[in-house]
Amino acid sequence: MIRLLSPQGVLEGEPDPTLTESKLVKIMKDMVAARVFDDWMLRIHPMGRVSRYAPAEGQEASMVGSAHALSEVDWVFPTYREFPVLIARGVPLVELQNRMFANSRDVLKGHEITLYGDRWRRIVVGAGGVSLMAPIAVGMAMASKSAGEKSVFIVYMGDGATSKGDFHEAINFAGVFKTPVIFFCQNNQWAISVPVSLQTRAETLAVKAEAYGIPGVRVDGNDVLAVYTVVRKYVEAARAGGGPAFIEAYTYRIGAHTTADDPRRYRSEEEVRRWRELDPISRMRKYLTAKGLWSVEEEERFIEEFREELRKATEIAESTPPLKPAAILEDVYGETPWYIADELEELERYSAETL
Amino acid sequence: MADRELTYVEALNEGLREEMRRDDSVIVFGEEVAASGGVYKVTKDLLKEFGPKRVLDTPISEIAIVGAAIGAALNGLRPVAELMFFDFAGIAFDQIVTHASKMRFMSGGQVKLPLVVRTQYSLGRAYGSQHTQFLAASFMQAPGLKIVAPSTPKDAKGLIKSSIRDDDPVLFIESGALYVNRTYYGYKGPVPEEEYLIPIGKAEVKRSGDDISIVAVSRVVSEAMAAAEQLSAYGIKAEVVDLRTIMPMDYQTVLESVKRTNRLIVAEDSVKTCGVSAEVASHVCEYGFDYLEAPIIRLNSPPMPAPQSAELERRYMVTSDKIVEAARRLVV
Repeated sequence: MIRLLSPQGVLEGEPDPTLTESKLVKIMKDMVAARVFDDWMLRIHPMGRVSRYAPAEGQEASMVGSAHALSEVDWVFPTYREFPVLIARGVPLVELQNRMFANSRDVLKGHEITLYGDRWRRIVVGAGGVSLMAPIAVGMAMASKSAGEKSVFIVYMGDGATSKGDFHEAINFAGVFKTPVIFFCQNNQWAISVPVSLQTRAETLAVKAEAYGIPGVRVDGNDVLAVYTVVRKYVEAARAGGGPAFIEAYTYRIGAHTTADDPRRYRSEEEVRRWRELDPISRMRKYLTAKGLWSVEEEERFIEEFREELRKATEIAESTPPLKPAAILEDVYGETPWYIADELEELERYSAETL
Repeated sequence: MADRELTYVEALNEGLREEMRRDDSVIVFGEEVAASGGVYKVTKDLLKEFGPKRVLDTPISEIAIVGAAIGAALNGLRPVAELMFFDFAGIAFDQIVTHASKMRFMSGGQVKLPLVVRTQYSLGRAYGSQHTQFLAASFMQAPGLKIVAPSTPKDAKGLIKSSIRDDDPVLFIESGALYVNRTYYGYKGPVPEEEYLIPIGKAEVKRSGDDISIVAVSRVVSEAMAAAEQLSAYGIKAEVVDLRTIMPMDYQTVLESVKRTNRLIVAEDSVKTCGVSAEVASHVCEYGFDYLEAPIIRLNSPPMPAPQSAELERRYMVTSDKIVEAARRLVV
């Protein structure tokens, strides 16, 4: 397993040279912001206006580190948990909250439970299911490569996804056509309540790449310097024509799978405590503090500011009018067939009578 | 300009070739489509003309074939992906139903998906239960998807061209029987020299008549045309309506025909339970009940797997004889 920063925050290897001081601080801020966002969403969820939330606590280094290793021309395929990736990618909080509240300014028009998608930011609408986007990412990458573009496509997935046929067909395809795709697998040890030992007999997930003839590496997913360095290496290799890679970020989901899950039913407090000691944010905090780039006071001030920004964004989203019923029937086809238009008429009559 | 006679396969090949010449963003991929030109020669010589960047043989991976088509469509291409048998669409069901048909909707209209999944079903070729299924009805539960099933060379060419130009995902179902069975009306036929398109979503009256409407699609249009000919000997003038597109369905043309004939047979290759015919029949019952002077007859494969023996298969599937018999029962 590749690790550059010890759990005590001591540098043990050579980080990527593009990790400048300002970049390190930005990465730290995004990780802290992600955790505040998590905490905020878990607080407002019980109020009943957000249908589901999948917390990212514990995986911030994997998500923020990988996102920062990309360039603007690269495409991201997030799953439902990758809010930290969106934050790192610069999606405004108001837009995220409009999405969570599925109001009339929701970019997805309330059509999908998945977290977010915006083609102009090169973030593809994620799928509600694991690894389903992998074959689609490969197709986009094939098209991009044949057009002579230099974009790389990163697919986020979990440990459970490596058991699925679509993942295996996609990684094989990517290998055969040498497409610029990074399969970024966060092995967070649990697929809801099923441990990774029930997903595979293989010792690591990274080893699976070997059979497809592409590089497979395991990186300490709680070490943001290692994640950034490894992802950047393979992203740039793919950009240069080297083809796909599979990266296993070895990490842990501290929280529940989603707000609909209670992890106390299937795993021990002791296990969670052990992983808390490997917390990615405190590791980076120690490192940056020792370098004189960060302090507890600075962190508190940043948390205060970010929380205020989030409060305002949430207020704006909450006070934005809801979607109109007509949105249900929009965007089914490019041109609406008459029988769908008829349904719309029916729906509006029904809404007028009953609402 | 005059029409030439082309086979169903030749017409499809010509349609693909014309669209590839017209638009560089059209690419073709799937199993056996490039070097061998397709198991049934529909993609014959496309590799030679357009090269390996636009005509690709892939691994045997139906999920990845359709998934890659979705991705390519999201990124500016117009992919035509081939699934060798319709039965194999089951493997890619998730990509077609859960992704292709919903991505425009899920994205709030941010994206379009100009992709075609071409496939064929081989009922009528004695291939047995795993290589003959006409599964169109299974895909009718996926709004956002268009389903096209041409019955003649002319329609095949005009519809493949329209499907490639369409901005929505199209499941394009060919008939393996029409590839090979020379006795069929749809095996070979006139195809205009000049360029033309057949619109998606429009049925066509293939033969006019006042006594009874026979609504059919794909292979069964050939059976219906043969049946209509036989019925004329009994003095029964049958109208044959070819759906051509299954989704979005042209209910109006069906209703207009029934309004004139007052009698309806729906004949097609789904197994009967919840088949395409069920949708046609229920729509006519709901919106055209007053036009009917007799109960609707649905002719389908029985709700059981297809047998392999050619002898048994002929009894299993819809044939002109069965249509004639049903029509004579209805028109008394």
